[in-house]
Amino acid sequence: MSLVSRHLESNGIPTVVFGSARDIVEQCGVARFVFSDFPLGNPTGKPWDTEMQKTILEIGFDLLENARYPRTTVQTPFVWETADDVSWRRSYMEIKKQSD
Amino acid sequence: MTQFSPTHRNAVSYIDKSREFYLNKGFGNPYRWATHTEAPITHLKKPLADCTVTIVTTSAPNEEGGSNRKIWSAPSDAIPEELFTHHLSWHKTATHTDDLGSFLPLAHLQSAAENGRIGAVGRNFYGIPTTFSQRQTKTKDAPAVLDQVHRDQVDVAILIPL
Repeated sequence: MSLVSRHLESNGIPTVVFGSARDIVEQCGVARFVFSDFPLGNPTGKPWDTEMQKTILEIGFDLLENARYPRTTVQTPFVWETADDVSWRRSYMEIKKQSD
Repeated sequence: MTQFSPTHRNAVSYIDKSREFYLNKGFGNPYRWATHTEAPITHLKKPLADCTVTIVTTSAPNEEGGSNRKIWSAPSDAIPEELFTHHLSWHKTATHTDDLGSFLPLAHLQSAAENGRIGAVGRNFYGIPTTFSQRQTKTKDAPAVLDQVHRDQVDVAILIPL
């Protein structure tokens, strides 16, 4: 998707990317990026949290209006972790150690 | 419930995770991610309140669409109840994609048009396949999205990969 962003920007269409894979998007290099530090799957807000989703979308609108330079990343202020689940950073593509 | 370590980078590196995961499975020759030192930018040519805005997603209309992996589009004013995402590499043990607003906020975009924050929602939204082939994305899929954007007279594109 970052490559699509670059193609559109090169051809006169402003874009903003919403995502949670910070390294992949930033290494490719896009004009504007709204980063939420969430597990992959919900880049525009937690499921069923419409207020959060609207706030994240608005951050993108603001970035479209105000980013002066390409590669502008804004990290949204939201935190995924709850008392019940602090493990998602580790559990994605986790390499299981073989027990002897 | 503290989980943020001040001695480590906290954002997950998917480039590192996927490389180590596949190396551990015996696959050498790690994937070479798109990498650039510069990035193009186009600024808004008119106020956002006058712009037609659309969304591009990596989700698919249905399971068949997930297999076909072709660019697709659908009318923005007929918001689907669900979209197919199972073929994508989102974190299936940590979350779900049952709420469209969490990855395709068409309803919120419509609200933004109704209250004047944006000019209008593009008549269609678009889906693109994810592919290991950067050549396909650059020479086929991205130009196809640009064609659609021009055809639908869209001014701004919101891009949302899962």
